[in-house]
Amino acid sequence: MVRFILSKLLYLVPTFLGITIIAFSFVRILPGDPVLLMAGERGVTPERHAELSAQLGYDKPVVMQYFDFLGRLMQGDFGSSLVTKKPVLAEFLTLFPATVELGLCAIIIATLIGVPVGVLAAIRRGSWFDQVSMTAALVGFSMPIFWWGLLLIILFSGILGWTPVSGRISLLYFFPNVTGFMLIDSILSGQKGAFGSALSHLILPSIVLATIPLAVIARQTRSAMLEVMGEDYVRTARAKGMPPFRVIGIHALRNAMIPVVTTIGLQIGVLMAGAILTETIFSWPGIGKWMIDSISRRDYPVVQSGLLLIAALVMVVNLIVDLTYGLINPRIRVK
Amino acid sequence: MSETANIAAPVRLSDAAIRRRMLAEFWFYFSQNRGAVVGLAVFALLVLVAVFAPLLAPHDPTAQYRDALLVPPAWQEGGREGFLLGTDAVGRDILSRLVFGAQYSLFIGIVVVSIALVGGIVIGLLAGFFGGWVDTVIMRVMDVILAFPSLLLALVLVAVLGPGLTNAMIAIAIVYQPHFARLTRAAVMSEMKREYVTAARVAGAGNLRLMFRTILPNCLAPLIVQATLSFSSAVLDSAALGFLGMGAQPPAPEWGTMLAEAREFILRAWWVVTLPGLAILVSVLAINLMGDGLRDALDPKLKRS
Repeated sequence: MVRFILSKLLYLVPTFLGITIIAFSFVRILPGDPVLLMAGERGVTPERHAELSAQLGYDKPVVMQYFDFLGRLMQGDFGSSLVTKKPVLAEFLTLFPATVELGLCAIIIATLIGVPVGVLAAIRRGSWFDQVSMTAALVGFSMPIFWWGLLLIILFSGILGWTPVSGRISLLYFFPNVTGFMLIDSILSGQKGAFGSALSHLILPSIVLATIPLAVIARQTRSAMLEVMGEDYVRTARAKGMPPFRVIGIHALRNAMIPVVTTIGLQIGVLMAGAILTETIFSWPGIGKWMIDSISRRDYPVVQSGLLLIAALVMVVNLIVDLTYGLINPRIRVK
Repeated sequence: MSETANIAAPVRLSDAAIRRRMLAEFWFYFSQNRGAVVGLAVFALLVLVAVFAPLLAPHDPTAQYRDALLVPPAWQEGGREGFLLGTDAVGRDILSRLVFGAQYSLFIGIVVVSIALVGGIVIGLLAGFFGGWVDTVIMRVMDVILAFPSLLLALVLVAVLGPGLTNAMIAIAIVYQPHFARLTRAAVMSEMKREYVTAARVAGAGNLRLMFRTILPNCLAPLIVQATLSFSSAVLDSAALGFLGMGAQPPAPEWGTMLAEAREFILRAWWVVTLPGLAILVSVLAINLMGDGLRDALDPKLKRS
């Protein structure tokens, strides 16, 4: 297992370097003078330009600039935003819990609904439940989620008036930021109604973000279950006279879960892309909206480091998924 | 005696007859999947709408009727006969915009998939055929591209290239291309071990001929399936970019861009929001249904159990 982990870790190094090269080149291939773009100044005198250039290290050869960039990253220096002047890493860490809270809720919803639906559809193959749920899954898979979010807002916020349209919590409540997760902080604050408010803000965005992963998980669970249920050991278990519940729950489901766990893990990238759209629609103050806002404000240091941080994050999550996969399926460790 | 001779005589079919039989077989498997046939029908309809858009659309998609702002659909109270699906905030006919929007979506899908497919095939062929360090370098680069969430990378690429439809299509194609490269590489590597490749090599076929004439045709099935899937994702992602203001720019009647313009009216005028999204959903769904059928017909190994 140790060798397996080490080989996976070693495999990440070139990918990570590749990510830093892309983030590094990003600013240099933008149309316009990178010095002015990164300093956020305009119409400067040649002296000021030289000063900025030296300050940012742009007067050195490109290769040296790259190593400087890498060196700063290793020290945790991701540059500062042109708009807020705050360090990018600090901004990222402030907004990150909001996205994690949203993403976690979405993946929990998707798993809790998707897996049972997939299992049931596989057991009752060809039944009306199978057909309806798999049609629904295909619709979900094809869903433009930015539109889906708007429809839910029209229905639940506009017509029914059940949920708020945007933000994470009502302005009536104010409490210290302990964990960064609104659901937990609102309970810790002990204020009446705060938790309900946080939950009602979270529910629609979570559903929207969960839609595509839910569809993918349900489809994947169904086909994994069908495959496993055709195996000899399941037939043997049945022939032994085991109750169907045990056959499905213990023999089939456990083995069918192996590809499903990978699928769930691979949804992280999908979730990150979905978070950009979902956070924009619901004005959810997370890193997806932060990236969009930074792109439209031409806050290039934020775009550069944000891109890098998000890609590194997805990479680490994928690594964890790979390791989990090795843990639950010993066969792939030897490969 | 003459009977046995008849049986032993090889059945000779012309090339055209073989092709007809292959098509018939393909259609047999494809039509087994009812959803796929429905998807194909809807997609065909979409193509017809796009081709005959100038004839079908009752109005110019960008003409603004200043006396008809936010007119509801004709069947609703306050609706007008001239505007079957109503008008938007500056008085443009929604139906005409949706009809012309079909052109955009199909065009985007075709361009993105063509670029990604051709790029991916060439890169994947190189990696799979030559192996060694060529393969390692190429596949590491593909891994790096895949490490980024696709929509985010496309967004940043558009930020670099400048917002607009062409750049959005290029960005999406770049992001999709590694999937094709990986598939091609895997298929090429398994085909390389077959005897017919060795035979062709012994017969004196050069590298280019081996790559493009001998091996590639045998790797196409998974690529066609992936191309359909990418077609639908391209329609979705370009609409998402349009929605975020990074794709087709107003007043283009692109469905995502239409949704972006409609956002502020969601609680006042349901039709400006609902209809473009429905158009996106129906097109994407049709293409995905078709993709499922294609997979069943072309790639029996992946067949849905």
